[in-house]
Amino acid sequence: MAVEALIRAGPALTAACDDVSEATGADAVDGVQPGYVGRPGSTAETASLLRAAAEHGLAVVARGAGTKLTWGTPPERVDLVLDLTRMDAVVDHAAGDLVAVAQAGCPIATLQESLASAGQRLAMDETRPGTTLGGGIATNSSGPRRMLNGTFRDLMIGTTVVRADGVIAKSGGRVVKNVAGYDLGKLMTGSFGTLGVVTEAVFRLHPLPAASNVLLAGARDAATLAEMVRAMVHSDVVPTAVEVDWSPAGGGIGVLLEGSAEGVAARTATAGDLLGRAGAAETHVADLPPPSWGRYPEGVLLKVTCALSAVQTVLTEASRLGVTVCGSAGAGVLYGGLPAQRPPDDVRAAVTALRAVCVGTGGSLVVLDAPAAIKSTVDIWGPVSALELMRSVKQQFDPQRRLSPGRFVGGI
Amino acid sequence: MTSTHGTTKTAGPAVGPTPPEQTTATGQDGNGPQIQAVRRRIRELLPPDAVITDHARLRTYECDGLAHYRVTPAVVVLADSVDHVATVVRICAAQRVPFVARGSGTGLSGGALPRADGVLIVTSRMRAIREVLPQDQRAVVEPGVINLDVTKAAAPHGYYYAPDPSSQQICSIGGNVAENSGGAHCLKYGFTANHVTGVEFVAPDGSVVELGGLAPDAPGYDLLGTVVGSEGTLGIATAVTVRLTRKPEGVVTVLAGFPSTDDAGAATSAIIGAGVVPAAIEMMDALAIEAAEAAVHCNYPDGAGAVLVIELDGAAVEVQREFDEVERHCREHGAFEFRVARDDVERALIWKGRKSAFAAVGRISPDYIVQDGVIPRTSLPQVLRAIAELSSSSGVRVANVFHAGDGNLHPLVLFDESKPGQGEAAEEVSGKILDLCIDAGGSITGEHGVGIDKSAYMPRMFSDDDLDTMQMVRCAFDPDNIANPGKIFPTPRLCGEVPGRRKGEHPLAVAEVAEIF
Repeated sequence: MAVEALIRAGPALTAACDDVSEATGADAVDGVQPGYVGRPGSTAETASLLRAAAEHGLAVVARGAGTKLTWGTPPERVDLVLDLTRMDAVVDHAAGDLVAVAQAGCPIATLQESLASAGQRLAMDETRPGTTLGGGIATNSSGPRRMLNGTFRDLMIGTTVVRADGVIAKSGGRVVKNVAGYDLGKLMTGSFGTLGVVTEAVFRLHPLPAASNVLLAGARDAATLAEMVRAMVHSDVVPTAVEVDWSPAGGGIGVLLEGSAEGVAARTATAGDLLGRAGAAETHVADLPPPSWGRYPEGVLLKVTCALSAVQTVLTEASRLGVTVCGSAGAGVLYGGLPAQRPPDDVRAAVTALRAVCVGTGGSLVVLDAPAAIKSTVDIWGPVSALELMRSVKQQFDPQRRLSPGRFVGGI
Repeated sequence: MTSTHGTTKTAGPAVGPTPPEQTTATGQDGNGPQIQAVRRRIRELLPPDAVITDHARLRTYECDGLAHYRVTPAVVVLADSVDHVATVVRICAAQRVPFVARGSGTGLSGGALPRADGVLIVTSRMRAIREVLPQDQRAVVEPGVINLDVTKAAAPHGYYYAPDPSSQQICSIGGNVAENSGGAHCLKYGFTANHVTGVEFVAPDGSVVELGGLAPDAPGYDLLGTVVGSEGTLGIATAVTVRLTRKPEGVVTVLAGFPSTDDAGAATSAIIGAGVVPAAIEMMDALAIEAAEAAVHCNYPDGAGAVLVIELDGAAVEVQREFDEVERHCREHGAFEFRVARDDVERALIWKGRKSAFAAVGRISPDYIVQDGVIPRTSLPQVLRAIAELSSSSGVRVANVFHAGDGNLHPLVLFDESKPGQGEAAEEVSGKILDLCIDAGGSITGEHGVGIDKSAYMPRMFSDDDLDTMQMVRCAFDPDNIANPGKIFPTPRLCGEVPGRRKGEHPLAVAEVAEIF
């Protein structure tokens, strides 16, 4: 946007929200410099800012803690960063109904702390330290517990979103069972801020388990590791999570069991036997997961999904290509990592080869994060089904292409 | 009439004196030039046994499980394949003629109520279970496959399909996808939306797309999550990839008799407060118990003001511990009888009374309305009391059957159509129950859907902006408003210009013109 036009928009933004400042270099979104940062304190203020942005044709990128701001394709332009970190409140916790309402800028960890005092939790993991609810929703990020409990799309039961034109819209509600109207929350989940700005959400909660154990076992090859995953997935021990960790140097499995103290003890013993029969030389039991549990790899970050039966093929192929892999093998959702220094052509070749395997088994491969030189070389999203319908949805919600333009599939 | 019953005069696009089938919501002219062209073209392109145009046979399809509303469709197509569905939708799109999808026709909100000026596409012939993939914990089935048949196909591998609406012996997966069906066990396992990972889908322009697949988290917008539960207003699923769930090692089913619904409600709260998430907690009140006894002799405890049916499942060792908790809380909250089913035969007996409850009410009342509303579970005691007050002040009997664990109420409002004024009084009570749900912060439907029955109530739950935003999705998929129009939303949204899409006169305008003629 021309500097003069940007300057003209300033007073409108300041009138809409009392916390608007000029952006600094630190506010760049994946290398793209915005003009302003607005920090709304409420849904109403977010709406005012978006209305002002609409009047002046400003491109807007919403930001939480900024831990995944470089995910996806870099935006074509950014005039205004909408920083939601002031909206960090746990609005309501109806413990008897196992429901909580929180603002988008609330860090997941803060929400968990608050819920824990009533013996409850949102059954989601913090995948990057400091991650906010809004950032998690926008990127559809998930961790180990997704295997048993699902992801944001499964646990978010009500959503407040501010549209590109500043209109506030709600869907869902405060009850878990509800089929009135379209579920806009699912549409917003994983939309990378291209359809609207989620400002508040209602979540279904679960009781905190009385006890938990993590079984860890090493594997000598990908075939053994895959066999251990199969043994857990098709067992009766009801694991909360089945995680793997695999690199050309080796790796292993981590199985999270949660429940009552005596139940977890008995199930741990059963799971240990099953892992032994699947080829584990030795298993260790810890009462808490290791610190790296559920954290995404650094460097070039790939999201790799496949049919459950294809985990072994994916591990083997990744290993051959020098990609380290971790993640929820029990759900068919893995994360691949490559050193950021790898030459772009190398990364492209690895992505192409591994993607072919994933797509061939009903899955996909997305390059979530990578240095600019690599992003400009590789196909970030891979094949996307029903892209025309997606464009049509974007056209309805943001006809002027002002929300995170260019950050999503097909240049959306 | 002892079938399920709608709210004659309060449903459809507006609360008022006109039944919905006499409004533009279901179309008016079954013989206009457009539908004639569509009928001709369908006859040309589809085999004769797949097309019904004979009036007497068309009338077989005039309603779904909500038998109170009846509209004779202009054409019925019994589709055999995705090609049939796509062909018919393309023909409809070319003429901007509405189409309505129908599975087994068991829906309880009139979601599959035909259009007089449109085509009813029936998917019940598409009954192939294409693949059972236990190693992937998936099955790929066609939309006409019966819900319970998915579980039967998965059972030899130690798996089952978790969503279990009460009609699971006859309802179809396609209908389940349209309605985002729940069931008794969704307290723990969630709804159809949580158990479908992909669909092959015919969009309203007749194009066929894949949404999702075997793996979760397909790149792009979660159109799958948007389509599930959209009540046939965004297109038609022609194949569905479902998640299969591991059959639990242990299952225990309990029947507990309580002096009152307050006691049973308190026990429910105590169980959930103790951190136990049962697979199901169902409640029936005295009148519902009386009906079930009359119909199926389920031998529920004598003199109970309420019973709870509680099912626990999971790892055997955890089930035992949870059972101890459940027994303790039930007894502490006044349970005077506590029966335990330890095998499938005993379990079936306990469930028999609950699962037959809707039909059983026909034994104690010639007519009844099945209501479906949701409240936060903690509001249960006061909402039940308010329903009791409504009942005593109006003289209309209300039997309560519900999923207590998630606050999903199914009040059965009893009346006798042959007695003057009773039908109106019952409808009034039924509507006021929905108002109680909304006032308590709940929902107008937990699993039966909005359909034609409750579209007039949507503005009580959602603002104009909320509904307008939902309809932006509708416009993206169906700018001509031909996919099951008149359902969910009380008024259609004008979609405006959609690039690359043909523009035309809005169907509402067409309908109004037809009305003028």
